[in-house]
Amino acid sequence: MQTPLPHTDTEQFISRHVGPRPDDIQSMLETLGYDSLDSLVDAVVPQSIRLDRPLELPTARTERDVLEALDALAACNQVFKSYLGLGYSDCITPPVIQRNLLENPGWYTAYTPYQAEIAQGRLEALLNFQTMVSDLTGLAVANASLLDEGTAAAEAMTMTLGLVKHADEPTFLVASDCHPQTIAVVETRATVRGVRVVVADPHQFEFAPGVIGALIQYPTTEGQIDDYGSICEKAHAAEALVTVATDLLALTILAPPGEFGADIAVGNSQRFGVPMGYGGPHAGFFATRDEYKRKIPGRVIGISKDRSGNPALRMSLQTREQHIRRDKATSNICTAQVLLAVIAGMYAVYHGPEGLTRIARRVHALTVTLAEALRRLGHHVVHDSYFDTICVAVDPAQVPKVIDAAVQSRMNLRVISSGRIGIALDETTSVTDIEDIAACFSLGQELPITMLQLAAETRDETAIPYDLERQGAILSHRAFHRYHSETEMMRYLKKLESRDLSLTSAMIPLGSCTMKLNAAVEMMPITWRQFGGLHPFAPREQAEGYRMLFTELEQHLAEITGLPHISLQPNAGAQGEFAGLLVIRAFHDSRGDAGRTVCLIPKSAHGTNPASAVMAGMKVIQVATDEQGNVDLGDVRAKTAEHKDALAALMITYPSTHGVFEADIRDICEAVHENGGQVYLDGANLNAQVGLCRPGDYGADVCHINLHKTFAIPHGGGGPGMGPICAADHLAPFLPDHPIVQLGHEQSCGTISAAPWGSPSILPISWAYIALTGSEGQTTATKAAILNANYVVKRLESEYSLLYSGENGLIGHECIIDTRPFKQTSGIDAEDIAKRLMDYGFHAPTVSFPVIGTLMVEPTESESKEELDRFCDAMLAIREEIREIEDGQADREDNLLKNAPHTLAVIAADTWDRPYPRERAAFPTAATRDYKCWPTVGRIDGAFGDRNLVCCIPMSAYTDEPIPVGA
Amino acid sequence: MSNIPDDLHYTEEHEYVKSTGGDGVVIVGITDYAQGELGDVVYVDLPDVGSTVGQMDVFGTIEAVKAVTELFSPLAGEVVEINPDLDSNPNLVNQDPYGDGWMIKLRMQNPDDLGQLLTADDYRQHIGE
Repeated sequence: MQTPLPHTDTEQFISRHVGPRPDDIQSMLETLGYDSLDSLVDAVVPQSIRLDRPLELPTARTERDVLEALDALAACNQVFKSYLGLGYSDCITPPVIQRNLLENPGWYTAYTPYQAEIAQGRLEALLNFQTMVSDLTGLAVANASLLDEGTAAAEAMTMTLGLVKHADEPTFLVASDCHPQTIAVVETRATVRGVRVVVADPHQFEFAPGVIGALIQYPTTEGQIDDYGSICEKAHAAEALVTVATDLLALTILAPPGEFGADIAVGNSQRFGVPMGYGGPHAGFFATRDEYKRKIPGRVIGISKDRSGNPALRMSLQTREQHIRRDKATSNICTAQVLLAVIAGMYAVYHGPEGLTRIARRVHALTVTLAEALRRLGHHVVHDSYFDTICVAVDPAQVPKVIDAAVQSRMNLRVISSGRIGIALDETTSVTDIEDIAACFSLGQELPITMLQLAAETRDETAIPYDLERQGAILSHRAFHRYHSETEMMRYLKKLESRDLSLTSAMIPLGSCTMKLNAAVEMMPITWRQFGGLHPFAPREQAEGYRMLFTELEQHLAEITGLPHISLQPNAGAQGEFAGLLVIRAFHDSRGDAGRTVCLIPKSAHGTNPASAVMAGMKVIQVATDEQGNVDLGDVRAKTAEHKDALAALMITYPSTHGVFEADIRDICEAVHENGGQVYLDGANLNAQVGLCRPGDYGADVCHINLHKTFAIPHGGGGPGMGPICAADHLAPFLPDHPIVQLGHEQSCGTISAAPWGSPSILPISWAYIALTGSEGQTTATKAAILNANYVVKRLESEYSLLYSGENGLIGHECIIDTRPFKQTSGIDAEDIAKRLMDYGFHAPTVSFPVIGTLMVEPTESESKEELDRFCDAMLAIREEIREIEDGQADREDNLLKNAPHTLAVIAADTWDRPYPRERAAFPTAATRDYKCWPTVGRIDGAFGDRNLVCCIPMSAYTDEPIPVGA
Repeated sequence: MSNIPDDLHYTEEHEYVKSTGGDGVVIVGITDYAQGELGDVVYVDLPDVGSTVGQMDVFGTIEAVKAVTELFSPLAGEVVEINPDLDSNPNLVNQDPYGDGWMIKLRMQNPDDLGQLLTADDYRQHIGE
């Protein structure tokens, strides 16, 4: 309908999302020599693959309308009190953390801390998290989070497989009282690696030859606390390793797994202040003994030193990881759950050991009282030892009545089996709540005593075995004792935030990462109770709002990719890769085509590709790239033909990791299909395709989408991510399923994540982004991303050599700057330029991927022309600084680049003996004088940190003394 | 220019072989050129003493901050000793690759195989120096 009123800007969200103003777009096109965005795009994207119609997406809506629509969806979710347990507990996000951290773009828009000098805040927060996990589990080395408890347990199985010598068909024991979703995720990962999983009673375990390890749950899924010391002894005698899945709150008062012999501890840190969110995102944790530190999966933060000798944090032992070790990596994990790990760590910082212990003791006391009440009502509480979860034996005929009564009172209890009900209490549970629970079990009887009286009676009782009471103090480090008032906590969070470069300070031009706008309006629903308060296994009728949101999002993603069947389960891009490959395997197997295990992967692929292929039990064979950086069609034809009987899949990124739309993509896909293989498309670069071309149209069978790249979910400083997969019709029956929430995929490849739909609470972000932009806006965003990237190239090409471009000398949405020649002419390498960019207030582009010694720039559509110019000006000024070295005016070692970044402490020091002025070091441009994000440490010594791994707060940090380095 | 001693044998994968004089035991490490390319070595993973390796089998890995590479045994034989100092001091590989930064001692299965390895001149040509 035509409105008689003038449009306001808020009615056109796309103009808020896209950086360049209409005038800018015209001038940028002129710079590039094109008269319209469409003519530029026509020259970039091959006609042979273009989508010849607009995407069928809803018309764009205003921010206000979208918030109203989200509100309506949220209202369709019903938040019942959850006593379901299973590794997810309701909790209280301290408002100081919610407002200053979870809802703060200074924290959530940052990237993974590869550029450590401008990420010391997050790194400190993650060190707190690691220290907390290590201290509570009693194991020396903890990582900076994994995706969830199920995958953490599966990673433990894989690590065990790598550590324990074994014959061809090793066995991994899983205790039958582990959470069912954990068992399913472990089984899925184990089977494809040729590991046999035996699910059994842990006390009957036979550590026979061939058994490499065991997974046990402490406390168990039914809540029981058992002593596993003897099981660990038996395992070790058989040279097997023991993994303990556990609960951090319980561990504040229970003996830590490391003390009774566990080799690995895993779990979910969600209940430390992170909403359940219908399944995620939350930070899984992983800790192990010091001797296994080189085999640990995921990112590990360690303490090193900077060039002035000050302590400085960085990601340690990166040679374990997929971006370096590729198919031999310890895991395929890339994006983790940084934002959520930071929240969990801060929850411990804010409450401190006394606060945490108090919470734990209170929950335990309520559980003891409830158990006693149920006993007095004539029910049998099955286990005598428990922390916060009890299992109640109920006459099977009465079970439905109890559950119905609970539902009537808006409560969810867990039906464990026909005669057993589980009740898991949490931080939010009150005396009134346990009264309500008891009432469901009373079946007409009156409890002869009030719950308050009963609580007083049971006050001194405990259901924790004496031998398993925790001895000694927890979390003695100063970080857990200093910030217990809200003012102190608020300032601590602000201090750490200010040490990090996020999108609130400057563009983050990371190639292959798509650091676009994460609009405030898109972020608002994530802390709404109607999205955050649902347990992942809540009855589906309580999650009607989520169901509608999933359905619409799936429809949109299907339309955008041309692949109609979606699984939202993979909760990171690498998980999507793994899931997609399993789907392909299941497809081949279903046709009796079991020998197909070869996975072709181009040399230029992201490291997760070969790592995921190995996890999926496939053999990686590399495909060459030609001089233009394109996948070599001839080599694809040769290798697909050579392996035609064993070819499972080709994994390919499009546009290529070099940022080029390869004209041969259809032929490449055809060659794979002709030889019996399937095409897996890595969706990392989907941001260059939306509305222009679709993977399903040019030959992909399955692809993953990084919702945290293309669809506006923030990177969270290194997670959360979301990696749903989209599949063609013939692959639909094989999509992931779930043991507790059946999804109807009859020939499913298995279970990929702990929760059925991955991380639902961040899906409103992508839903909102699509609703706000609509069909036209989505396509405009893509075109603007291509424009911005080509504009950067145009501005830099006279001073830098650019690697690879398409047929018209244009690129897609990202470009690679070749800095390798400077090594010879000036001794400068890509890293020096990356560090010098910090002095200019910028985050570096991607360093040394996909080509060693280069920088890859992806500006995204959200950066304005002004910001692009500021970045290009910085790059050009740095080129001049390099030229001064080349010309002999500047020293080859003691120069602006080699000494970068320059901290305030260095600039303000009384002595200054550098051969260049302070001002040039600190304020190389007028813009930096106005504002910049300062690096807080100088260039970090990576080798020192890797040779001397310290991944927890050192004991010396008990005092006010600075942390000594090199002791 | 890297240091490439004339009296050693080399592989294309940048390992060197140095004789210990008699009893068929040789010392294996990586070349000065290789350590320069890798940068600061942070960890060397070596095999168990007593294990046997075939010619050009992987016998370990070497890690720098941003690179990891496999170590290939130039000859078939039995590992009779590993350098115990590399565990605490991996930078010995950078400081003194042909001396204190050695990796394993190998009892050769076929001493004649030494003749198949590259000479210093061959290796110089291989790395373009």
